[in-house]
Amino acid sequence: MSEEKKIVPGPAGYMPTPAVFMGVELPPEGKALLYGEIVDEETAMREAAKAMLTRKNPTIFPGPQVLWDWRDDVADKAQAILELASEIPNCRIIPMPDYRPKYPKIDPEAEINPNHPNLTILHNRIEACIFVGVHCHYANLSLRMIRAGTNCYTIALCAELGHEEAMASLRDVHADDIRRFKDVLVQVRNELGIQWTPKAPPTNPSLPKEEWEALNPADYGDYLHMIIPRKGTENVTETE
Amino acid sequence: MPEQKVVDIDYLFKEAPRERHFITGAQAMAEAVKRANVDMAIAYPITPQSEVMHLVGDLYAQGYLKDYYRAEEEYGTMSAIAGASRAGVRVFTATSGPGLLRGIEAIASWPGHRIPAVLGVLTRVVNAPLSIQPDNIELAYLLHSGVVLLHAENQQDVFDMTLAAFAISEMVDVYIPVAVATEGFFVTHAKGYVDMTPEDMKLPPRDPYKAPVPVTDNEVPPARIQRDAPVQKSNFMSYLIHAVWQQEVWSSTQRAMKYIYKYLNGPIEVVNPDADVFVVASGCAAAQGREAVRYAQEEGLNVGLVKIKSIRPFPTKEVRDALKNAKGVVIPEHNIEGWLSKEVKAAIPNSGIVVDGPRVYGGMTLPVELIMEEIYKILGIKQEKKVVI
Repeated sequence: MSEEKKIVPGPAGYMPTPAVFMGVELPPEGKALLYGEIVDEETAMREAAKAMLTRKNPTIFPGPQVLWDWRDDVADKAQAILELASEIPNCRIIPMPDYRPKYPKIDPEAEINPNHPNLTILHNRIEACIFVGVHCHYANLSLRMIRAGTNCYTIALCAELGHEEAMASLRDVHADDIRRFKDVLVQVRNELGIQWTPKAPPTNPSLPKEEWEALNPADYGDYLHMIIPRKGTENVTETE
Repeated sequence: MPEQKVVDIDYLFKEAPRERHFITGAQAMAEAVKRANVDMAIAYPITPQSEVMHLVGDLYAQGYLKDYYRAEEEYGTMSAIAGASRAGVRVFTATSGPGLLRGIEAIASWPGHRIPAVLGVLTRVVNAPLSIQPDNIELAYLLHSGVVLLHAENQQDVFDMTLAAFAISEMVDVYIPVAVATEGFFVTHAKGYVDMTPEDMKLPPRDPYKAPVPVTDNEVPPARIQRDAPVQKSNFMSYLIHAVWQQEVWSSTQRAMKYIYKYLNGPIEVVNPDADVFVVASGCAAAQGREAVRYAQEEGLNVGLVKIKSIRPFPTKEVRDALKNAKGVVIPEHNIEGWLSKEVKAAIPNSGIVVDGPRVYGGMTLPVELIMEEIYKILGIKQEKKVVI
């Protein structure tokens, strides 16, 4: 590792320069990114584990790819994430269930949204987080905004090629890799002398129960006009 | 139609045997589509592009494509391409000059919506008075749209770049459209030798789930809400999401560079790297530049060529490195604006060494002698102008 770290916790400022423009490149197979530099996976895992163990309000943000059981390997990966969370003292899980902006207001204790992630980060005073199962495009948007506006240490456990914007980023991460990260985390925790009995993270306060079979027009928010035409547009009954 | 077997991308580009054919640029583009496992093509005719989509239509009739139709006009074409791509299929279309400009609002929205489409751009005059002749001013309009833009010198480039475009556009860390441009008529309607991979081999099919975005948004039936919801609220959060979104598009363009190295041997080609004077050119102007280098060598002049294959991402570092010892740079172009000249000047620290031109447009050919005149001027060689009667 060089002395100068390129990608560090923010706030980076009003208009952050993207990591790619700063010359950060995604790691090759078998390697990882740490502060914008290509390193061994073990090195990145240890540093990421240290951040999750020592910074305030560590939180895991699972995305749609691990929240919905849409492929054979997802349930096992979700289970591995829960196992990882249980080993991190006082870890919370706040999901990113979809990517649409939430109007008029998000519940920052219940979810995080890629269009305004810092509402959740700042409301909960999160200083270390893990993105997992978030589609790369939306993860990059979020990671860049978090680096711009908060002091949160970001970690990306990516099933694809990784993320330049995260302080620590692993690629090709599946259930086994998450369990490997968990083992490294436990080892670092022991080295740091942190006492912790594994236990499940607290239950998410979640949103009001949604009735999928009986949709309320209010569920459509700003898009209400798509099901109920605006007055004077689609249904013109009289003309002058 | 021969039975096609799916082969690994790297095998197809690096190891598959090649057979030489003497074909037009339009044929070369269609032959690449044939080997790219394309699901769907949408056409709208315009000269000089029409030949390409005629040939792609033949591929549909032969069974290489699953769907093909003529749209209402280019705006409809480019919008339908976006819809099909978002639904998860591999798509192709091509256009020229005025057609490109008619479709450009939709095309400019492709990168932000992460549409990995491949677009053929067979250049043509766009300004009034009406003309169908080659002139690549339209590429200036594409430079700021966020698409990856490759510029082909000849029929071989058209084949290689089009095939590579399908691979590059669907890389998870890229996942934006790739446009392959070449000069109408000069390349599309002229024949050249093309070394092609076997027609019974094709790229793997598109895996729509290996993507940085969901295939499409079916979250809230019955209203089909667009995947990327509007962010036009008048508040800082909306501004910021759009800003970082744009950054993501241009980061993706930049990430394409490593695949341009992998599948196209890099974004530039340098001939005679120790030259005193360089011709820097893209598209078929590079072919004329190549001839100028040959002329110069016959006259004992130390002249080199920097052919720029990738206009976006622009190879700033590579161009700067190639020209670091140049005493003069000549940039021949097929447009009045000199968009390549501006790019090169912005890339190097000593832009005063760049000669603006020669430029031809409106369909004019680019005689090698025009390039030589600029080389002579740089080297202080006086040439007598003769009038031949």
